Amino acid sequence: MDDEAFTPRIVAFCCNWCSYAGADLAGVSRLQMPPDFHVVRVMCSARVAPEWIIKALSDGIDGVMVLGCHIGDCHYTSGNHRAAKRFALLKELLTYIGIHPDRLLVDWVSASEARKFQRLVTQFIGRVRELGPVCSQAREAPATEHPGQQALPHGERQDTCPRS
Amino acid sequence: MGEIRVGVFVCHCGTNIGAVVDVPELVTHARTLPHVFHAEANAYSCSEEGLSSLKQAILEHRLNRVVVASCTPRTHEPLFKNACAEAGLNRYLFEFINIREHCSWIHSQTSQAATEKAKRLVRMGVAKAFLLEPQEETESAVIPVALVIGGGIAGLTAAVNLARQGFRVHLVEKAERLGGVVAQLHRLCPTDEDASDLIEPIIRAVQDDRAITVHMPATVQEVGGYVGSFRATVATGDDRRTLDVGTIIVATGADVLLPIGLYGYGRFPNVLTQSELEARLETEALRVGSAVFINCVGARTPERPYCSRVCCMTSLKNAAELRRRNPDARVYVLHRDMVTCGIEFERYYRRAMQMGVRFLRYDLDRPPQIVGGDDAEATIVWDALRGREARVPSELVVLTTPLIPGLDNQSTSHLLKVPLGEAGFFLEAHIKLRPVEFATDGVFVCGTARWPADVAESISQAYAACSKAAILMQAGSVTAEAITAFSDPDRCTGCGTCVPTCPYNAIELHHRSPTPGMACSTMLQVAGVNPVQCKGCGSCVAACPNGAMQQRGFTDQQMLRMLEVCVSG
Repeated sequence: MDDEAFTPRIVAFCCNWCSYAGADLAGVSRLQMPPDFHVVRVMCSARVAPEWIIKALSDGIDGVMVLGCHIGDCHYTSGNHRAAKRFALLKELLTYIGIHPDRLLVDWVSASEARKFQRLVTQFIGRVRELGPVCSQAREAPATEHPGQQALPHGERQDTCPRS
Repeated sequence: MGEIRVGVFVCHCGTNIGAVVDVPELVTHARTLPHVFHAEANAYSCSEEGLSSLKQAILEHRLNRVVVASCTPRTHEPLFKNACAEAGLNRYLFEFINIREHCSWIHSQTSQAATEKAKRLVRMGVAKAFLLEPQEETESAVIPVALVIGGGIAGLTAAVNLARQGFRVHLVEKAERLGGVVAQLHRLCPTDEDASDLIEPIIRAVQDDRAITVHMPATVQEVGGYVGSFRATVATGDDRRTLDVGTIIVATGADVLLPIGLYGYGRFPNVLTQSELEARLETEALRVGSAVFINCVGARTPERPYCSRVCCMTSLKNAAELRRRNPDARVYVLHRDMVTCGIEFERYYRRAMQMGVRFLRYDLDRPPQIVGGDDAEATIVWDALRGREARVPSELVVLTTPLIPGLDNQSTSHLLKVPLGEAGFFLEAHIKLRPVEFATDGVFVCGTARWPADVAESISQAYAACSKAAILMQAGSVTAEAITAFSDPDRCTGCGTCVPTCPYNAIELHHRSPTPGMACSTMLQVAGVNPVQCKGCGSCVAACPNGAMQQRGFTDQQMLRMLEVCVSG
């Protein structure tokens, strides 16, 4: 498939309190962006189960965004700390199962950051277009290359279990 | 349970959705989806007509799941849930699809792609709706006590009004006196009455009211809990006190920008801010032969693009006052645009002109220059309307600076988990639909904490915030949304992974008796969620390794089904 014809299918999990509101503000501000993404509302970025992402990417969703409140702003105090920790590990895991880690984007968007939402969505769609359609058969991530430790938010105990 | 019958309602929202997304096509598409027994388009689904059509369709087509594709759940979900309830349907059998903010408004140039996206979103919504289950809401009490943060005109007004409605109020002021910015003003526009005539009676009313406890100088250190039952820690010096309150009003006000380094401020002693001028007008018989007011100092610039709204009137007020004190004084207002909206303020502007105040327009790229020796002596300004340079004598230069977000806004925002806007002021839930509320239930905002506002607006907003808070406290109880987590004892292995993930300590491990077939010893325990303490973030659900923990309205099954549907077609 040539790149021009490829329209990726992307899911963006947005937390109810910050990033969903930021996405709403992007709408109110009429900020234009490519229509390849679908916002799915969750109450907190910590509700997004790593299995959903693995399932989505294996089923043919080309990219997943998880957008939460900025660190320190979580409506539930520390849900985004958990999300940061879980998804840093999940990104590594994706590499091992042959999915390019860039297909998962975790970032923070406040209720007023409509422009940031627009930028993240547009850039992410661009990146996924570069990567092409997801294919669980093709080992797109080099198995020899270790993606390295992701930085964790300060004060967070590093947990070996991506689920905890 | 009987047959699942889904109804889909697609809103045109006038042209907001209808001009981009092909609504008739979307309705036709919805009719082809499994379990959909009815689909219709509405001009405005949220209108009286739209809602009654929805209720009628529920009854007529015996619908037991409702999907509305329109705007954002953040403003309109309660409305549609209530309509479902009025038609006898459980509120939780409703699913909201956002095809306006997240589709038509952001893909307005690609109508066809937007329609295809809207179809996918509707398919995802219908798929989730099929799996929705009725839920029961839990009620919790609302403590009839309010916490008002800030003792300026907005906070004082809020405190007095809540007290007069019979509620106890804790008023927290960080300074050593009440009154905020208004207490430092000389006169108020557009009536030119003494500021003290307004602020002093209300300060007295607060101090005399036994229902109001003033904490001063004090700060709020911690806030926990939720609507109806917040617990705030207030520190007055070394004294820390815990207050149980039902509602919180943020009335922390704004600061006035100090124009350090601008227009010779700090270098020439006769370059003042409006506040400094007002203090002198208040205390001395100040009379000058010439004065120049410079508006928009540090405002409407690339780094601070907003208009502070109250400054033009302040200039008019004080310029006219200097002319009143000396009818021969040469008083100039240098402005970039005079913003005097409404009947009263426009009249105020004309009156200042009639009183002999001269107005001169300057450009941001050619700002006025102050010249002088020890003191500022004159102002050289490029008169943008006449296209020539002017030199005006300046016995006094008064800089009109904007209101800027309070220094504590960031920490207060973290404390209460409420957002700030781009400029750093507090951000309300919706500019028109919920102008004094935050998305967080039970927390309200009024006055200049929200945005630069004049005294009359601050008072009106305080009334509005009070009445919103009073609705909750009068009712005495609130129903918590049933989006809480619950654990399936048959799948729970008692591993306890969920327990530390809960920020509210809502999960406990209970003992249970051994049963045949138990795989391991931890299974002697089972996790239980206290639905009153659970706030429905779902963190524990994502952490559960056995799928035993689920969240009402956001189950794994529902979410995975949405993802599956998103891929197909």
